[in-house]
Amino acid sequence: MYAVEMVNIVKRFPGVLANDHVTLRVKKGSIHAIVGENGAGKSTLMNQLYGLYHPDEGEIFIDGKKVVIKGPRDAIKEGIGMVHQHFMLVDTLTVAENVVLGSEPKKGLNFDLKRARKEVMELSEKYGLTVDVDAKVEDISVGMQQRVEIIKTLYRGANIIILDEPTAVLTPQEVEELFAIMRKLKSDGKTILFISHKLHEVMEISDRVTVMRLGKVTGELETSQTNPKEIARYMVGRDVVLTVTKEFHEPKDTVFEVKNLVVKDNRGLVAVNDVSFEVKRGEIVGIAGVAGNGQTELVEAITGLRKIESGHMYFEGKDVTGFTPRQLREQGMAHIPEDRLKHGLIKEFEAYYNVILGGHYKTLFTNGPFLNHNKIFEYTKQLMEEFDVRPRRIEHLGGNFSGGNQQKLVVGREINTNPKFLVVAQPTRGLDVGAIEFIHKQILKMRERDVGILLISMELEEIFSLSDRILVMYEGEIMGEVRPEETTVEEVGMMMTGHRLEEARRG
Amino acid sequence: MRIVEAIFLVFINPLFYKIALTAATPLIFASLGGVYSEITGVVNIALEGIMLLGAFTSVVFTWLTGNVWIGVLMAVVSGVALAWLHAWGSIKWAGNQVVLGTALILIAQGITGFLMEPIFGKPGQTDFVGKVEEIKIPGIAEIPFIGKVIGEISPFVYMAFAAVAFSWWLIYKTNLGLRMRSVGENPEAADTLGINVYGIRYFGVLMSGVWAGLAGAYLSVGEVGLFKELMSGGRGFIALAAMILGKYNPVGALLASLLFGASTAFANQMQSSSLIHVSDTVKPLFDMIPFILTIIVVAGFVGKSRPPKADGVPYEKGA
Repeated sequence: MYAVEMVNIVKRFPGVLANDHVTLRVKKGSIHAIVGENGAGKSTLMNQLYGLYHPDEGEIFIDGKKVVIKGPRDAIKEGIGMVHQHFMLVDTLTVAENVVLGSEPKKGLNFDLKRARKEVMELSEKYGLTVDVDAKVEDISVGMQQRVEIIKTLYRGANIIILDEPTAVLTPQEVEELFAIMRKLKSDGKTILFISHKLHEVMEISDRVTVMRLGKVTGELETSQTNPKEIARYMVGRDVVLTVTKEFHEPKDTVFEVKNLVVKDNRGLVAVNDVSFEVKRGEIVGIAGVAGNGQTELVEAITGLRKIESGHMYFEGKDVTGFTPRQLREQGMAHIPEDRLKHGLIKEFEAYYNVILGGHYKTLFTNGPFLNHNKIFEYTKQLMEEFDVRPRRIEHLGGNFSGGNQQKLVVGREINTNPKFLVVAQPTRGLDVGAIEFIHKQILKMRERDVGILLISMELEEIFSLSDRILVMYEGEIMGEVRPEETTVEEVGMMMTGHRLEEARRG
Repeated sequence: MRIVEAIFLVFINPLFYKIALTAATPLIFASLGGVYSEITGVVNIALEGIMLLGAFTSVVFTWLTGNVWIGVLMAVVSGVALAWLHAWGSIKWAGNQVVLGTALILIAQGITGFLMEPIFGKPGQTDFVGKVEEIKIPGIAEIPFIGKVIGEISPFVYMAFAAVAFSWWLIYKTNLGLRMRSVGENPEAADTLGINVYGIRYFGVLMSGVWAGLAGAYLSVGEVGLFKELMSGGRGFIALAAMILGKYNPVGALLASLLFGASTAFANQMQSSSLIHVSDTVKPLFDMIPFILTIIVVAGFVGKSRPPKADGVPYEKGA
């Protein structure tokens, strides 16, 4: 018995065939993973199931019955609920209000808050989804927000729950809690569609896996009879090196150092509190932590984008506190920012302007006071070749490249400045396994060239596989320093939730 | 210290409070209109234009029918019509809401100015056409001091307070209100829950036309019984300031409007005080008091008053 059958779904967007005769069958009461690179068409497929898009061709069956889903309202009626990757919550409303929004209980003419609270509490208890019903969504943790989203689907009577990349924002402990909840839901007869590109999670939680690539289904596998390598091959279409192998490399002298750094966030609260560390040439220092614990502010301070309240920065022993981004770049610092669309490149600019940003004034690209376009075009062609940016069109607009290729442009630009110290923030966020492999190789190559590297990432796997030393940040402070070969994911996870190294060691 | 004495005398004069209330009344209505529109996510600076058109329409229909209440009703109708234009442009066509609002203000000024001549035969100002009389409330009118303030006053003042109470209930206690607030904060989330984002926004903007239309009716047939060109005189913008200062909450908007009303009343009473001599050259300075107050409160408090997150951002499905 299938809970969901999507047969021969075709969905076209201008210039793209997002779903090309996709067929998906999901057994009732199972956890079914859908994996694929970014742009493979997973989310498009799920959005059609939830009625946000409409298929150009193909049919959808729910519990064997043919349905036409015109909008979320129809999907909800069919018992489908979706937890979006970016949460669909109203920050200023309370948890209870968010859950019932759109199908609110009534008492006369009034909104029945009492009943809303009661129903939310009941659901929360039944499935072990701990939430604070009266808290405003803006005041609760990301993990709790996700639980609110799940309760929202249950409140609407969902039997089929779509989870779109649910683990991307969670700590390892929260991931375990989520998996426990998913198992509970499954034992209650719910069907779960789990979209992910983290293969070890897929292996751990799912019963079956559908693999998508370039809008098509490339594989349909029983989880117990497959392995991550096989899934990755279906995803990328070739063999992929999943685990980074990093050679031993002796770090040299210190290239960059911060001492007692204090930085405030936009609200004027201390975001980085008395942080000190150093980065040596040929060494990767990883900073792990849950998003929003001061990493963004730390990176902005180091790269000259944010004011430093107190403390000092030294570049090759020279005090560079208060230097502007341009001054820092001239010292030999490069920066791959965490949000490539916000700080990495300009969507409306052609590739050739994007790759000279920051170096635009250098004689390499200029002819007196003017830009030398011939030189710029030549340089861009070389860079796109070297970093395998596709399509290889130098006049392609920044915003029109895929995420992976945008990142390659940024990485290429920064690496080509021949930095001595490289700040890399979330380098593989939202990228597929193929692009991740490429970016990781580039970072390791820089290490071999004796560049000092500061790596900030939410992805623990990335931190573990690349770093020589790991610093864990929590509420603006460093909880401890560990070496990847001497620690465990659990230990780092403990520190990420506010336990100092000594406490984490004690358990 | 004659000036201190003059100020003291103003504050113990019931007339000051009565003028404060009546000056606040159009601001209360108009700022309520702002609240309805902006909590659903549509910036509505057209309030100024809607008020002006409402003031004009109510005079025209009062003059035609001889019944001020028909005039008031038609002011509401004209307000909704102009608000509908704003809704259509900013919701359906996702236009820039500030540019649209500005255009609508200019249109309202143009239409009312142009129609003066063909309808009333002269530009500038109409003749007296009739006004909504003050009502005397037995029981209250006899109370010392308070009776002098609200015992005999325009019914619009009472209507304004009732409108605030109604709006507070609607926005904070009903399902519709919850949906309005959700649409202004996160329309995408509301959409995924099957809420009709466009419908709710239309409702918010059209309701702003109702309230701003009433505000306009009060300016003309509610207060003076005639229409003067450009008689809204920037009060639509002060109402926006009151809305911001009131944190997009009907009760807050009421309190802020009262503050602005009081400053107008203060300026008015000081000018007519017999203790100090106010020459004609200085008078305009007193008239500036409410506007200076606007700058101070908006600059000083705007950081603490957070607009709805999606305020001013057109919602486009699947974008």
